[in-house]
Amino acid sequence: MADLSIDFCGVTSPNPYWLASGPPTNSGEQVMRAFEAGWGGAVWKTLGEPIVNVNSRFGAMDIGSAKVAGFTNIELITDRPLAANFTEMAEVKKRYPDRALIASLMVETREEWREIIRRSEDAGCDAIELNFGCPHGMCERGMGSAVGQEPRVLAEIASWAKEFSSVPVLVKLTPNVGDILEPGLAAVRAGADGLSLINTIKSVIGVDLDLMTPLPAVGGEGTHGGYCGPAVKPIALHMVGALARDMRIRTPLSAIGGVSTWRDAAEFVALGAGSVQVCTAVMHKGYRIIEDLTEGLSEFLDARGMASLTELMGQASPNFREWGDLDLNYRIVADINPDTCIGCQLCYVACLDGAHQCIHTSQSPCHAWHGEPDHAQGPRAQVAAPMEHAAPANMDSRTPWVDEAECIGCNLCALVCPVPGCITMREVAQGSSRESWNERLEAADPQSQG
Amino acid sequence: MPTEQDTSRLKSNRLERHFEDSKPPYSAGEALIEADRCLYCHDAPCVRHCPTTIDIPKFIAQIASGNTRGAATTIFRQNMLGASCARVCPVEEMCVGACVYEQFNGQPIAIGRLQRYATDTACADERSSGRPLFTPAPPIGRRVALIGAGPASLACAAHLALAGVEADIYEREELPGGLNTTGVAPYKMQAESSLAEVEWLLSHGARLRAGVRVGEDIAFASLLEEYDALFIGVGLGRGRTLNLEGPGVWGATELIRAIKTEEGFALPAGASRAVVIGGGNTAIDIARELALLGVTEVTLAYRRREAAMSAYAHELAAARRCGVRLRENLRPLAAVHRGGALCGARFQEVGGNDVVELACDLLAVAAGQTTGVQALGAGVRCNADGTVWVVPGTRRTSLNRVFAGGDCINGGREVVDAAADGRIAAQDMLAAWRSEAARRKRNG
Repeated sequence: MADLSIDFCGVTSPNPYWLASGPPTNSGEQVMRAFEAGWGGAVWKTLGEPIVNVNSRFGAMDIGSAKVAGFTNIELITDRPLAANFTEMAEVKKRYPDRALIASLMVETREEWREIIRRSEDAGCDAIELNFGCPHGMCERGMGSAVGQEPRVLAEIASWAKEFSSVPVLVKLTPNVGDILEPGLAAVRAGADGLSLINTIKSVIGVDLDLMTPLPAVGGEGTHGGYCGPAVKPIALHMVGALARDMRIRTPLSAIGGVSTWRDAAEFVALGAGSVQVCTAVMHKGYRIIEDLTEGLSEFLDARGMASLTELMGQASPNFREWGDLDLNYRIVADINPDTCIGCQLCYVACLDGAHQCIHTSQSPCHAWHGEPDHAQGPRAQVAAPMEHAAPANMDSRTPWVDEAECIGCNLCALVCPVPGCITMREVAQGSSRESWNERLEAADPQSQG
Repeated sequence: MPTEQDTSRLKSNRLERHFEDSKPPYSAGEALIEADRCLYCHDAPCVRHCPTTIDIPKFIAQIASGNTRGAATTIFRQNMLGASCARVCPVEEMCVGACVYEQFNGQPIAIGRLQRYATDTACADERSSGRPLFTPAPPIGRRVALIGAGPASLACAAHLALAGVEADIYEREELPGGLNTTGVAPYKMQAESSLAEVEWLLSHGARLRAGVRVGEDIAFASLLEEYDALFIGVGLGRGRTLNLEGPGVWGATELIRAIKTEEGFALPAGASRAVVIGGGNTAIDIARELALLGVTEVTLAYRRREAAMSAYAHELAAARRCGVRLRENLRPLAAVHRGGALCGARFQEVGGNDVVELACDLLAVAAGQTTGVQALGAGVRCNADGTVWVVPGTRRTSLNRVFAGGDCINGGREVVDAAADGRIAAQDMLAAWRSEAARRKRNG
């Protein structure tokens, strides 16, 4: 069994999975049950001056029968008395000393920061996380993402926290910025020991067309919320990866954003994350998901011959390149396996309407490109008459086939195919060696590239 | 005189009311989950296997998107009997059997149940909202008489009515709907549903004249004189009896009709053993119905091997699950009566010399039906088997202005085939009138 334990800027936990600050970490009894289930750590529901919440607070985007592909909330920070929170935190830490307990904090003035950090440390927390991310409600009061979007303000408050805190300080970043490096660098320069990202994305999850109200609806009205859940993972992967690759940022990264399975977690770690935080998936399915989060990750590491999670960390980072550095001469084509093809022809229509007209059908008049293969370089100002043609030998009449010379290797057919593994992309050996756009530019004008 | 339709004359104490739906309706949630599984195939095989070529992926996607009325409209445009076809189509042999999931995980989309959900939900919405799904076109000054109020005529009349044609349906029976009302296995659809559908179809403007026998009460020729076109949708004639007669012996279609529509009908008291003769779907239906009604021993006696049966394999399998036993290679000889009561049926074993006697207190004969079009005195050309000949690719008969569809042209197929015939015949008529008008215009 691979070692899943982590040391994240001095904060240790038996596995990389921390509950993100949010409803699942709203109270001591919840966190205790989570730790009993096996969670490695918990970032407590953000503490500050208690607020008043509205009804309702959550909204979700379903995709067909897939519930909660995206999620939003307009809930604010804790609405429970601070004293109760701190008492519960102390009890949790006493009972589960091996788990990471992190206080998420959001207040306004320097004095308030000093006070709440002192009380957090007194409660026994292992680290504090500065919530500079919430894009709803709190930002209108000058906190949350209002801070995270202003690198100078962020840096100032982060330096206060560093001044007052004797435990590691994590800064939680908002993705609602043009370039995540700016707040990330600001936090690091202010002395942050770690970065957590992403917080939620400013969003409107939907509109109730009966009430004509943005969702979630509070009576007949609504407001923008913070978007999260599986659908935001690609955004989070990009931002975590960008910070991990920047040589000026040596602090560990706690990845947040759509982690639902061990595979999601492994992807974040492979791009450089040191821990992962989970919230929406727990809100959807409960603390028990930790079982496969750990078992699946452990199994994956074992299968790859990795003894510990740290071996996985950043493995995919070197393979992230700028577009201009990608190989222009690498070529693949689609292969449709006629044995597993079920004849839905989604690849045919996707290629025809959404890509490069190179998949053919014998079932009905075929509208694919029947001229000389030219990758659409020649003029196509007319809709050509469709062609009736027979399927290649030994092929079921509903099985489409690929014109390899015309295929531009875009992947679309493989993506829409409902049968796992039926369409694969096969590499086609090229006579020419690797050449990127940047290399081509440089060859054309050596002076232009310093 | 012809009477206007009255579809509320069914009594509640009919034997068919004892049956439960074999495929119960979907709730909205169930329908959404099933609809969401559909892959939305291009040039989908389900559509190719639907005699009415309903755009199935489209209507399923419309259910998934919450556009249930749109889904129903997609269905009805191709098949005005979409509601009953959803219940009675042998989907395993048609759309569902062709679903690509059959080759993937063996779990095809439940197209029939989704179609039922769409049509039932939309029709209920139509009633509650008062917003019709279809609005008939203004009258175009044409009149069509349709003979027989079964699925073919009903479909044809509804399409005609929507196109602004005056459509009068002449039906010899009091209850309209044809076999949809009197012949469909009650675990698929009961008479109320059929009559409700008839009412909906007629609501688009067609009129029903029930209790009128064309050929007896009114001559075919006078109809042809009175109307711009005629549609023959008379179905088939009486069931063949194979000379099996006497107390306790039933024609299968008559027995099914009694179970479905006759007030207070009951099986003979104490009937515990039934023999059904035949190898088609009607034989399977009545055998399964008898088994479900509590007849402990139901034997299906067929004159050839199982593989030669015209019944669908999935229907036979379902009957077997209800306890029906199949005996192959038995050619019926006679019904055996003792003391005036049926006590058995005697068979010659095919390929042997044995005479076999099966004890029974109920004998149902499902040996096919004769054709019935001859009674009209229409003089249309018929095929060798007595079915009405139509011009290939159309539903035009050998007589000018006379069209036909349904069982009377195909010898007894599915409701969906009749529904397709009705639509195609209506299109044929409209096309004929259009070209007639164009001709007239050309000739000044």
